Amino acid sequence: MADVVDINCETKEVTTRPQTAEEIAAAEAAAAQAAADAKAKADADAAAAAAKASAEAKLAALGLTVEEIAALSK
Amino acid sequence: MATSTYNLIASQVVGSGGASSITFSSIPGTYTDLKVVYSTRTSDSATDKGMFVQFNGDTTSSYTYKFLRGNGSAAGSGGTTTTLLYFGNFPGGGSTASTFGNGEFYIPNYTSGNYKSVSADSVSENNATAAWDTLVAGLWSKTNAITSILLYPEGGNFVQYSTFYLYGINNS
Repeated sequence: MADVVDINCETKEVTTRPQTAEEIAAAEAAAAQAAADAKAKADADAAAAAAKASAEAKLAALGLTVEEIAALSK
Repeated sequence: MATSTYNLIASQVVGSGGASSITFSSIPGTYTDLKVVYSTRTSDSATDKGMFVQFNGDTTSSYTYKFLRGNGSAAGSGGTTTTLLYFGNFPGGGSTASTFGNGEFYIPNYTSGNYKSVSADSVSENNATAAWDTLVAGLWSKTNAITSILLYPEGGNFVQYSTFYLYGINNS
């Protein structure tokens, strides 16, 4: 098992010790949470982009030009 | 104008057993800014994995980041508020052997009573295709002075010869 390494910047002492089960679990949970958060953000961005594209398509179907559609969001 | 200083506070080269994390603790408050520079590879079998960072042992959802990245054929961006800062990817076991990624991040006014902003850039060198270059803007929404910095890989352990350097900067 790889060690946890701590460098004390005042004393320059380097301490190494095995990673505890709690630290392993916490790191894995943090990684999983970060991945889930990033995926949720990406999904939300994708949904917003899809809604925008859908809205633009509907406006185009009504006869608005590309310039007119772009002007709506300025 | 005062002369700027750039001092090595501490450094670490990972030994043969690898390291699950690296912590710079008891960071003195005598500088205006901090900078961390690293060269790393993870034992994880993936092509690359993320670099995660936390300050002062804070595991709460107090970190926000936005990233921009590209690898020569694909580009992307993203970000979120979560329990850590993500500073880009670095090579794992699925990358070309003996390649290490590198990165650095800069923390201005790390002892101030305001929230702490961080900027980072990194590359996941692969000596082949699909090596990511990432820029990150980060924020730690706490007013405490930063006294410790924890770095750990998204998966696996830092392998031997991974290096970490912490610099203190004055009058930058």
